[in-house]
Amino acid sequence: MADKILKELTIKVWRQKNAKAQGKFETYKINNISTGTSFLEMLDILNEELINGGTEPIAFDHDCREGICGMCSLFINGRAHGPDDDITTCQLHMRMFSEGETITIEPWRAGAFPVIKDLIVDRTAFEKILQAGGYISVNTGGVPDGNAILISQDDAEEAMDAAACIGCGACVATCKNSSAMLFVSAKVSHLAKLPQGKVEAARRAKSMVAKMDEMGFGNCTNTGACEVECPKGISIGNIARLNREFLVAKIKD
Amino acid sequence: MTVLNSKIPAGPIAEKWSSHKAAIKVVSPANKRKLDIIVVGTGLAGGSAAASMAEMGYNVKAFCYQDSGRRAHSIAAQGGINAAKNYQNDNDSVHRLFYDTVKGGDYRAREANVHRLSEVSGEIIDQCVAQGVPFAREYGGTLSNRSFGGVLVSRTFYARGQTGQQLLLGCYASMNRMIGQGKIEMHERSELLDIVIIEGKARGIITRNLVTGEIERHSAHAVVLATGGYSNVFFLSTNAMGCNAGAAWQAYKNGACFANPCYVQIHPTCIPIHGEQQSKLTLMSESLRNDGRVWTPKKKEDAVKLQKGQITANDIAEEDRDFYLERRYPSYGNLVPRDVASRAAKERCDEGFGVNETGKAVYLDFKYSIERLGKDVIEARYGNLFQMYEKITAANPYELPMQIYPAIHYTMGGIWVDYNLMTNVPGLYAIGEANFSDHGANRLGASALMQGLADGYFVLPYTIGDYLADEIQVPRIDVNHQEFVKKEKAVTDRMTRLYNIKGTKTVDSFHKRLGNVMWENIGMARNEEGLKLAIKEIQAIRKDFYKDLRIPGDYDAMNIELEKAGRVEDFLDLGELMAYDALDRKESCGGHYREESTTEDGEAKRDDENFAYVSAWEYQGEGKAPKLNKEELVFENVKLTQRSYK
Ligand SMILES: Cc1cc2nc3c(=O)[nH]c(=O)nc-3n(C[C@H](O)[C@H](O)[C@H](O)COP(=O)(O)OP(=O)(O)OC[C@H]3O[C@@H](n4cnc5c(N)ncnc54)[C@H](O)[C@@H]3O)c2cc1C
Ligand code: SF4
Ligand code: FES
Repeated sequence: MADKILKELTIKVWRQKNAKAQGKFETYKINNISTGTSFLEMLDILNEELINGGTEPIAFDHDCREGICGMCSLFINGRAHGPDDDITTCQLHMRMFSEGETITIEPWRAGAFPVIKDLIVDRTAFEKILQAGGYISVNTGGVPDGNAILISQDDAEEAMDAAACIGCGACVATCKNSSAMLFVSAKVSHLAKLPQGKVEAARRAKSMVAKMDEMGFGNCTNTGACEVECPKGISIGNIARLNREFLVAKIKD
Repeated sequence: MTVLNSKIPAGPIAEKWSSHKAAIKVVSPANKRKLDIIVVGTGLAGGSAAASMAEMGYNVKAFCYQDSGRRAHSIAAQGGINAAKNYQNDNDSVHRLFYDTVKGGDYRAREANVHRLSEVSGEIIDQCVAQGVPFAREYGGTLSNRSFGGVLVSRTFYARGQTGQQLLLGCYASMNRMIGQGKIEMHERSELLDIVIIEGKARGIITRNLVTGEIERHSAHAVVLATGGYSNVFFLSTNAMGCNAGAAWQAYKNGACFANPCYVQIHPTCIPIHGEQQSKLTLMSESLRNDGRVWTPKKKEDAVKLQKGQITANDIAEEDRDFYLERRYPSYGNLVPRDVASRAAKERCDEGFGVNETGKAVYLDFKYSIERLGKDVIEARYGNLFQMYEKITAANPYELPMQIYPAIHYTMGGIWVDYNLMTNVPGLYAIGEANFSDHGANRLGASALMQGLADGYFVLPYTIGDYLADEIQVPRIDVNHQEFVKKEKAVTDRMTRLYNIKGTKTVDSFHKRLGNVMWENIGMARNEEGLKLAIKEIQAIRKDFYKDLRIPGDYDAMNIELEKAGRVEDFLDLGELMAYDALDRKESCGGHYREESTTEDGEAKRDDENFAYVSAWEYQGEGKAPKLNKEELVFENVKLTQRSYK
């Protein structure tokens, strides 16, 4: 498709020097952006202009720029990862915007994700949840042959659906309660779907949920907003599975 | 003068690894507790090494520059991981994987290392399955396989188009278990900026905390670099934005040899460059070549019309399509290795048959496999890749062929290591893409993941014991040692020097300039004149960099421009070394294509007589030409032949 040029855009962006400072919106103009340019490339161009003009560039998180590492974030025009479905911000392209538009950019906002600078937030609360039990306890070596554990194609596919979570945090950012249920349920489901993970499924569900609460994420009230904004199409069906796993674990206690 | 001792064990190739394992030292569990190991990098190589060594009982400190260990660049690998399991009964074996890899690498890898890699490959799959990696399965529940470029068997295991992600989540989960148990101390958003050597041994690192800007000292009995590749020296590449050569470069400056820097892999199936504003190139997995056919128009008129946007691929009649890979390489067809496929695409585009407005693209067409297998099958196999392609290009690959073009993708060169994966600096190890070892001048698809995990799970955890067994009497290293103080000061001086240039140009502008020089002269084709020119141009860019760099923001706080400046400074030096290496190697091999060395029918021409060696470059001090050491490669088990895929 032939790319067009957006002659002028207005960028309203959250600037915050560090975790302790007060943040506020700043407004910038940017010209001549090709619609084939990605959103982050647009920010790169804006940053070049800011630096050339003697201003500090806007800090934002990103790395792979292929929609897989989960590092990019950004709340764009009121939506996590911006105005397109099933994508991360690095995959968002400027063809989703129109001439003369004002684009508002904010960081993920959630108590458990404090702002570090500008648009960068601290998501280590997710890692803490994983460290509490998001694994199968197996040491390197001393494992059976891969084909000794038969797994039906459907189970493998379902496990893969859940395992596709990239840990971006869009679900938390978009949830009015800042709940981490979709993320946690994806992890729990992935491992609970597989025979290797069943052995410690109950323990895992309990310790991860306990950690999630401890880290200050809100409760899930089944609004489903998380599923809508998840770039990897993680289903809220996983939340039901987590609840089941959790319940079974409690009954066993 | 550095003496390179590869420590390749004696004996028949198939017994080298087992006899070596039997001979090397083992550290007792009680003593492992007293030993600290630093692992820099948490990709597949670093993550698997950190988890395995922590499980064994060592105290591990792990570092990465991202906000989470799981975001290492390995996460982006799409297509799959090789292993010689012969689950498909297609006559695969350890020997065949070994042979394919040595041949695929154009006979510039070490036989012994490659054989070991093939031997442990099967165990990797078992390990990953046990961790819960959801590999694709057949209806009967057994593991599924597919084929990749450069081989005639199906030995690639995969988890949709997200294999790297799933493998990394597997080893990251193992790391998390060890972090939870206090056996791994994890440092995110931390960047290695120097290595501390005490009495000739690597004893620690200096890092910058990327959130606070603080310079930190960390000590250990051994230091492992698992910091990935340096493709970003080209600015545009398929690598993540933060990928860098910093750690490898510090190793080099501290005495470790840098091997084969000019061996760069060009991946044939990337989304073409769209314009000036681009920041990176996106790979389309090589697995697509299993079902996609590569072609350009036969007639130049058609190509011109395509370039002007007057017609689409669908307007070109069947008989006017040139399936040039199938034409030139009938036995491998679309599945020739990457270097061959990339050069063939460049050749077609250089001749004027390119299919997009820049003339730098060829088609990867799924029409034929959709006709043969149905859209559903293709969607199940590659759906997420097709979706990704459409998001980026706004074109639907189910209806129109994909446009692809080669891009810089992987670096076979890296820090020189011996058979134990130790550099020539005692106590300093390098694993995964950061080392030079197993791929020779070209890497076959699905082999990088295999090497990273082989090193991390099944090689380093054994070989490091051989060194550490002699270190158990050494008490925990004190970070107040004068060498730490000295190195911390050197880092601070370097960073303040960059910060205080206060010029007018951005870091990225220098990086782009360097990238241009690299792509033009040290990219898909090289010649003596271009390489000499590149050295001059890089030196000029460096001069300008030190004069006119601008870094805004605060010095002692999060400062992304300062981070990038350090990386680009290293890239400038590395780029120059790559040119030196490419100049020395007057043959064509794998990813290194010297225009002066070609066969009559336009294929790359190797010169085994004069160049069957690893170039291990040694740092001689600032502004001095590097010194070349050679490790002669000895081939006892494979016969060196012209690499043919016809
Ligand atoms: C798009 C893409 C697709 C690919 N697909 C495949 C495939 O299908 N099959 C295959 O076999 N291979 C594939 N590869 C290649 C393969 O992914 C890589 O070679 C491999 O993952 C490298 O792993 P690694 O652990 O060595 O390094 P990486 O995964 O790059 O990890 C490097 C680590 O080092 C850290 N680091 C780097 N520098 C520093 C520093 N100075 N201080 C602190 N930390 C640092 C990073 O934070 C990171 O944790 C692909 C590559 C790309 C780019
Ligand atoms: S569940 Fe979806 S939105 Fe939430 S962290 Fe995972 S990928 Fe991101
Ligand atoms: S930068 Fe990796 S997902 Fe966006």
